Amino acid sequence: MSTPAVEFRNIAMRFGEKVALQDIDLSIEEGSFVVLLGPSGGGKTTLLNILGGFLQPSAGQVLIDGRDVTQVAPARRPTTTVFQDYALFPHMSIAANVGFGLRMRGVPKAQRVPRVEKALEMVGLGHTALRRIHELSGGQRQRIALARALVVEPSVLLLDEPLGALDMKLRRQMQEELKAIQKRVGTTFVHVTHDQEEAMAIGDVIVVMNDGSIEDRGTPERIYLQPASRFAANFMGENNLIEGQATRSEGSCVAVTTPIGDFTVPGTAHNGARVALSLRPEHLHPDAGQGRVSLGQGSVIEAGFFGTHHQCTVTLDTLDAPLKLRLPQKRLVQVGETLALHADPADMVLLTR
Amino acid sequence: MARSFITALRALPVWLYVVLLYGFIFLPVGVLVLFSFQESRLPIPPFNGPSLRWYEAVFADARLMAALGNSIAVALTSSLAAVVLGFLAAYSLARHRLPGAALLQGFLTAPLTVSYLIIAMGLLITFNQLGVPKSLLTVGIGHVVINLPLCFAILYSQMGAHQANIERAARDLGAREWQVLGLVTVPMLWPALFASFFLSVTFSWDEFIIAFMVSRFDVTLPVEIWSMLRTGLNPKTNAIGSFVFLISIATVLVLDLVVFRSRKA
Repeated sequence: MSTPAVEFRNIAMRFGEKVALQDIDLSIEEGSFVVLLGPSGGGKTTLLNILGGFLQPSAGQVLIDGRDVTQVAPARRPTTTVFQDYALFPHMSIAANVGFGLRMRGVPKAQRVPRVEKALEMVGLGHTALRRIHELSGGQRQRIALARALVVEPSVLLLDEPLGALDMKLRRQMQEELKAIQKRVGTTFVHVTHDQEEAMAIGDVIVVMNDGSIEDRGTPERIYLQPASRFAANFMGENNLIEGQATRSEGSCVAVTTPIGDFTVPGTAHNGARVALSLRPEHLHPDAGQGRVSLGQGSVIEAGFFGTHHQCTVTLDTLDAPLKLRLPQKRLVQVGETLALHADPADMVLLTR
Repeated sequence: MARSFITALRALPVWLYVVLLYGFIFLPVGVLVLFSFQESRLPIPPFNGPSLRWYEAVFADARLMAALGNSIAVALTSSLAAVVLGFLAAYSLARHRLPGAALLQGFLTAPLTVSYLIIAMGLLITFNQLGVPKSLLTVGIGHVVINLPLCFAILYSQMGAHQANIERAARDLGAREWQVLGLVTVPMLWPALFASFFLSVTFSWDEFIIAFMVSRFDVTLPVEIWSMLRTGLNPKTNAIGSFVFLISIATVLVLDLVVFRSRKA
């Protein structure tokens, strides 16, 4: 296997008493689009700052292309950053902004000009070179920041919640563009966000972070369908977590007793261990079907139409927390209605953490 | 028709107030300027000008011209020193975590609250103790003392988190510290630097008490005007006063044009 583009070895970060990161071991494959996903204060931005060189970790090593850069200043790292507030130079023209990194690297002007033009064309703003920053819209500034960071051909591009300030529609559009640009240039992208939809839309790999640790890492499909922890299961999309107890192991499956029934699901757990079952809203059904078992009756306390589906909240006598479920687009549902609930144990995911 | 007349009548007190207010502020200056064009030897009514003879007298007066040169030299150099020192202090306090930063900041801005008279006395005593002779240099030092806190406060307010992030971006793109300062921090703060420089110039240009107390043979223009006034009023003092006023106005205009126009841009 080739050298990973980025390797975090046993990173820890403390700010005084507060532990911001602990035991971070992560390697990022060259050319991949990695998304660090988590709530604010989860440590994702701290990790990005450590990778960019803006913070020195309290312990551990950072390697980029196999080289230990833990002690290397940001200016001398093969990384560049797209900042949340873009941090463009307000007193320079757009061309001067984009060309800044090349100028710092001592690239002569004659070579800078065509490279700046190419970078501006890549982000679809080839005609703006002579304009000034304040003449641009938020989305355009975003693209300039991207061009400025990519023109120096970094090994790794860091993106610190770059789409946070954009409105929803523009954000979706920029997500697609970011993804397309990443595929075209082939640079490793490390992107920080707290928006799980954004993470799923653009990431090849998602790293779910919480409380200074990595909760889960994998492809969006893997994390959504087979989350590794209660936190990952809850943070990625809507979910229902049903607490229960593992009663016995049967080969590669475990029998779990929960308030809404006993289920045998794939996985391993100690006998008697407190576990949870993750059951996505779209895996709860109002009717019986092949492989499905009954979970009992529930009463609808909230219902909303979301276009592609109806989303309802249902309370069960047997369960403390209500369950969320999705009903097909054309299935009308009313608050107060009683629903029979069914699910296929094959859709349930055993969570031991 | 009648209606618009009533509306105009209602607006009358407002206009009266405006005229009185501006009259109160500008009448003394207006009188000063008017009688600088007086033909006769006394700057009192009736006005019998206009004549430029007193302006001629001012520009022919070697002592006044020397004082004018001194004032310009002191204003420019002391303001430059105040801006440079204020910038360095603001940069260090805004960008680095220093022990006792709040205290340092307090001490830097404290002179703003002290009267010029007290500062002048303090400087006079200090210079005497140190055996520093009174000169234009000591006047310049005095003006740095009063203008440094102002420059610091203006520049510090312009070095927020957003500016810090822009400097971070420059470092991220490969700029060394001196390049960050020279290519990003200073040009980005250019309007604030310019504003603090020109404000310092106007304050130094007008300043009398410190300049009076810590100067001796070479004096600045306000001190020279004061010694002229001791021998009584004549239109020449009006002429030089008008000239000082003109320079102040011009400085403020330049400041306004350069700084505020670039802000808008």
